[in-house]
Amino acid sequence: MVPADLRYTKDHEWVRIDGDTATIGITQYAADQLGDIVFVEMPDVGRALAQFATFGVVESVKAVSDLFAPLSGDVTSTNPALTASPESVNTDPYGDGWMVRIRLSDPGQVDGLLDAAAYDDLVAAG
Amino acid sequence: MTDAAGQVLHSPLESRHAALGARLIEFSGWLMPVQYSGILDEHRAVRERLGLFDLSHMGELFVDGPEAGAALAAALVSDPPALAIGRAHYSMMCAADGGIMDDLIVYRLAAERFLVVANAGNAAVVSDALAERLNGFSAVLDDRSLATGLVAIQGPRSLDALQPLTDIALIALRYYAIAEGEVAGIPALIARTGYTGEDGFEVFVELSRTAELWDALLLATRAHDGVPVGLGARDTLRLEAGMPLYGNELDRDTNPYEASLGRVVKLAKSDDFAGRSALEKVARDGPARRLVGLVVEGRGIARHGYPIHVGDRLTGQVTSGTQSPTLGVPIAMGYVAPGDAAPGTVVDIEVRAARVPARVVDLPFYRRPG
Repeated sequence: MVPADLRYTKDHEWVRIDGDTATIGITQYAADQLGDIVFVEMPDVGRALAQFATFGVVESVKAVSDLFAPLSGDVTSTNPALTASPESVNTDPYGDGWMVRIRLSDPGQVDGLLDAAAYDDLVAAG
Repeated sequence: MTDAAGQVLHSPLESRHAALGARLIEFSGWLMPVQYSGILDEHRAVRERLGLFDLSHMGELFVDGPEAGAALAAALVSDPPALAIGRAHYSMMCAADGGIMDDLIVYRLAAERFLVVANAGNAAVVSDALAERLNGFSAVLDDRSLATGLVAIQGPRSLDALQPLTDIALIALRYYAIAEGEVAGIPALIARTGYTGEDGFEVFVELSRTAELWDALLLATRAHDGVPVGLGARDTLRLEAGMPLYGNELDRDTNPYEASLGRVVKLAKSDDFAGRSALEKVARDGPARRLVGLVVEGRGIARHGYPIHVGDRLTGQVTSGTQSPTLGVPIAMGYVAPGDAAPGTVVDIEVRAARVPARVVDLPFYRRPG
């Protein structure tokens, strides 16, 4: 069961909403599928992200995978600890492994994201 | 390669891999474990202690007869008759144009008996070509690829783990040597070869005994703090050790000199051999490009196919790349123009939208201590 207070996408990202700010990362399922994560390429602060567009890249030992913005907004910060400790995405994907924080430009998009139960169903369906 | 019906092939150890929690993928037509506990964990286990590998997918081709050595000298670029009995060398099979059909290990088991080990994806091609190239020689090919199990135990503790299970004195078995004996009571060929850059052994048995062999070796591996290792870590281990992978560094459009493996081609042998005249020309004129090691000095990981530039000039492309678990930096191999191949040369690798600086270095990236 994934954390109940977060929202999710079918691309296996999670979102924590706090007022007009959203914190974004990838789910435990996504991290497990990628394997040992060794590099996270994140957007510059200030960049405007469009919903569903790629905003970064996560690399495991074997694979490269794009990150897709769950929501539209401007990047206000990125997780500086991932430069030295990208493995946090594997060990604590919903905590220390967070990736970017954005200021929402269209808060109404949140209603279109999956809730925890719907995301669990998606993963269970493979 | 798949079987005649185009079906994926299965290791005799598949149910064991599944029980160990492995993730299975299709590789060269076989369903094989890519990882168990995780690539980094498995990689470090092999560097520091030991790991156990299922290599049942590899091709085993036996060549017997009074002219077995001469036939192989005509079929391959190396000089198998020069091998002492019980020794092995790295070799290649080339096409008439000098392109690499496969890279191989050739073991001399007896005066008139050799074992050629081919990559899974090329085993059928090598088998067919060997059968054709043996024509006219007093030598017989016995393709036992689907009748042979192969398990490798690799890492600094591999000798300690394996010795109690075998009658062969492993300390006397030299690097690139092979001996016939028993492992866990199973008739076996034990070779001191591998694809990890560590000391280690490869054990060949009849396919029907593979599971029994694996069970005994896994117990011994666990007793020495080792783990089963999948194809993912096998790839990062071989890359650190600077060893080429067919399909990445080597293919039909690449000759041994380009791959910086000209030493494997024995032009001095008297035999005519497939690819000889094309390879003599490359040896004389120099290769059109060179395989080099690269250490990425910026942020990013170079992957297969990424372009390599020197200034504004495209010089080549990456063939393999990863984050080196041992060195902690991104490493890669790739082809560049001969003039850009000197160690110390600074190049730019195109990583998605960015240009990331990298430096040409001598291979291997990692050499085991001692």
